[in-house]
Amino acid sequence: MPLLEVHNVRKSYPDGWTLAGVSFTVEEGEVVCLLGPSGCGKTTLLRLIAGLESPDSGQALVDGEDVTRVSPHLRGFGLMFQEYALFPHKDVLGNIAFGLRMQGLGREAMVPRVAEVLELVGLAGFEHRDVNQLSGGERQRVALARSLAPQPRLLMLDEPLGALDRALRERLMDELPGILRRAGVTAIYVTHDQEEAFAIADRVVLMRAGRVVQVGTPEEVYRRPASAWAARFLGLTNLLDARITGPGQVETVLGVLQVQDSGFGIRDSGFTARLLVRPEAAQLGEAGPNVLYGVVTERSFRGERYRLGVRHAGGVELTFNFPASVALPALGEPIALSLDPWALALFSMVEETG
Amino acid sequence: MRSSRGEEQETVRNSQFAIRNSQFASLLPAFLPLAFLLLFYFYPLASILALSFAPEGHFDPAALAKLFSTPYYLHTLWFTTWQAAISTLLTVGLALPGAYVFARYDFPGKSLVQALTTVPFVLPTIVVALAFTALLGPHGLLNLVLMGLLRVDRPPIDLQHTLAIILLAHVFYNYTLVLRIVGTYWANLDPRLGEAARMLGASRWRAFCEVTLPLLIPAIGAAALLVFVFCFTSFGVILVLGGPRFATLEVEIYHQTIHYLNLPLAAALSIVQILFTLALMAAYTHLQTRLTLPLELRPRQVTQRRPRGWRAWLVIGGNVGLMLVLLVTPLAALIERSLTLKGGVSLAFYRQLFYNPRGSAFYVPPVAAVRNSVGYALATVGLSVTMGLMAAAVLDNRGSGSSARSPRPRGRRLRHLLDLLFMLPLGTSAVTLGLGYIVALDEPPLNLRTSPLLVVLAHTLVALPFVVRSVLPALRSIHPHLREAAALLGASPWRVWREVDLPIVARAVLVGAVFAFTVSMGEFGATSLIARPERPTMPVAIYRFLGRPGAANYGQALAMSTLLMLVCTLGFLAIERFRVGGVGEF
Repeated sequence: MPLLEVHNVRKSYPDGWTLAGVSFTVEEGEVVCLLGPSGCGKTTLLRLIAGLESPDSGQALVDGEDVTRVSPHLRGFGLMFQEYALFPHKDVLGNIAFGLRMQGLGREAMVPRVAEVLELVGLAGFEHRDVNQLSGGERQRVALARSLAPQPRLLMLDEPLGALDRALRERLMDELPGILRRAGVTAIYVTHDQEEAFAIADRVVLMRAGRVVQVGTPEEVYRRPASAWAARFLGLTNLLDARITGPGQVETVLGVLQVQDSGFGIRDSGFTARLLVRPEAAQLGEAGPNVLYGVVTERSFRGERYRLGVRHAGGVELTFNFPASVALPALGEPIALSLDPWALALFSMVEETG
Repeated sequence: MRSSRGEEQETVRNSQFAIRNSQFASLLPAFLPLAFLLLFYFYPLASILALSFAPEGHFDPAALAKLFSTPYYLHTLWFTTWQAAISTLLTVGLALPGAYVFARYDFPGKSLVQALTTVPFVLPTIVVALAFTALLGPHGLLNLVLMGLLRVDRPPIDLQHTLAIILLAHVFYNYTLVLRIVGTYWANLDPRLGEAARMLGASRWRAFCEVTLPLLIPAIGAAALLVFVFCFTSFGVILVLGGPRFATLEVEIYHQTIHYLNLPLAAALSIVQILFTLALMAAYTHLQTRLTLPLELRPRQVTQRRPRGWRAWLVIGGNVGLMLVLLVTPLAALIERSLTLKGGVSLAFYRQLFYNPRGSAFYVPPVAAVRNSVGYALATVGLSVTMGLMAAAVLDNRGSGSSARSPRPRGRRLRHLLDLLFMLPLGTSAVTLGLGYIVALDEPPLNLRTSPLLVVLAHTLVALPFVVRSVLPALRSIHPHLREAAALLGASPWRVWREVDLPIVARAVLVGAVFAFTVSMGEFGATSLIARPERPTMPVAIYRFLGRPGAANYGQALAMSTLLMLVCTLGFLAIERFRVGGVGEF
């Protein structure tokens, strides 16, 4: 039985915005990421699970028990807020001990527990600091420690790295999974950043406009986006119109291409579809079935890789990644590429708008 | 030609350099408002001090000694204190739920209710007092309605000259103040703080007590202090509603000055009152600086939500209902009574304002008071806005010269002191001010006793804190980077002020100006002492009507009050209209 089961939850607001029947589950010990663009309803979903809002219909079940109408403070969940919501009138100890006090813990039991979670988040000895004097990263860690301290059955994190600068974000992105694992906590993690989601999640729930679009491990979601929209949201931007001309064969503005992807049952000739060309699909040279001739329009060095823009004679522009070790033609020079049939994917047109 | 322009630029640069280097140059614009305060605030107060300690020119504390040895005056001091304390408790207790509703909910008609609740705030005290007699007096609306319902021919409730009606009027008068100060602060308080407490296992009530309430305390404290000061120095309300039974220090000062001509005793009473209010105002400004602690304030759109569920609607309905009953019924009664003659609707009282029958309290038609008031008010606006802008520019001063992050502690302490100085007139009773003018400004070198300027000066002093407090938050809301950007683009400090600050502050200035106008229109305490008999203002005229017997005089008082109320209401609608994003402390 899953720890949390969200079943067909709906929520509408007077300004017309909705959560249109969302269902998903969270297993014990799992970290699930709610991923989607801002305004897709993920924060609202989180607040519904927390009990800070109530759904128009649908249920939230914990260990099979309906908690939809249970007050937030009786659910035993933790929520780490975006921008942390630290109590400005309490010091670090006062903030972290708050949840323990609510559980009726005495001071003798509280102080070691606070020290323990501070140690866990790497802030040992910070008990008597003023929270208003902490740096962004320290505030973030205190907030995490505060929500971990009462040992919630389920910890929810709302864009926890959103307010941090890039370097700090990358470091915490590496550390967070470790902290969560060591705390042995089941977590729901909300973010709009796919990189963050992939780094932290055991499972990703991809959302769009109040609906769940796709659920899967980070690898599954990246390799096999459920729709052209999902692909584009994940940063896969090379999408072309394609007409199926035979088994494993499509006609595009690039010419006739061989495709290994079966594309969700789109097999019949004559169908039009969308073709995704992955950025890592191209290799230099004319060996292979799908050869593409074009001109280099953009060439930017990104450290471990190059990002290369190529314009085809037909007018489309595609973006590819190459290892930094490859010698690439200069800007404006012609280039010949071959596309791996395994790195091409087909989507039906219908999903584009859905 | 070329070289001379070069020299000119050189000197300009040099002078700018000199200005940047002078620590106190940024305090220069303070000179004029400070001189004004010195001459028309501290000098009169010092004269009162001198009079109370040395009425005959040598030290003689007889007046003060008499004050503290006479049970009557001690009783007055005690009454002044406890009625203010009860009024404050009542007001805060009633207004807190309202503040919550305004802070956290967005409901249809909210802006209308909000505008309505602001109306009483600078309604002249005398109008408020009269409105309450029109509602609750022996011939008031409530009694008439009850007499009709119960079929009795005597008024069933008589609140005239009772403590209850005084407290009610004080709550009416100050409810909005608490609603505004606490509500504004609450509205910007991140609701996620409370939610965080809920997620950590706190019940709704516990989350409020442990998180929300402690964070609100500075705002509640500031509001309560201000209410206490206003009730402590309450004049018009007590003078009209208290009758002979109740007198605050303020009313006693007035009686001693006007009726017994005992200026030394009046001065001694003033000194006691000043000491009290000074201490309270110091506490208030201290709380004000606490209010600007680094809380992460949130824009209101984030913190407010549509009400859902019957409980939310019940809370909103209850509070809005209370506001309407408390704030609207007295004013409605005032209008209704002013339009009623012998049971029918009539404009008779208004028409009488234009005649000057024999035996009238005036040498001119009463309506001339309207002209006088407007004239005084316009002059007050000009003077107080000029002074207020200079004062606010000095008090803010973060952009030019010193860095925004770390102002020199000395400059900061000086500004803190100046801030306190400019707020002082707010805590000083108007009657004391009037007394000071009578004592100090009626002899050379400054003999203004017969000059209409005297009233304008007094009104400007009362209005100045409102102007400063309207403009200052707007100035402070300007990000220092804006000014730095302008300075780097080559703007001199003066140009920066004119091109960046002024346009942003313009609306706040307008709000301050309207404040000054309404404050001047309604000022009663000081004016009652210093206005020339042949040039009464509207509040003075209303009080004169009340001092004369007969339904006609009472009716004209009601009519004039209604007019005054309309003017002030229009002023407040203008303030609501021009206020930018609710910036401003009143």
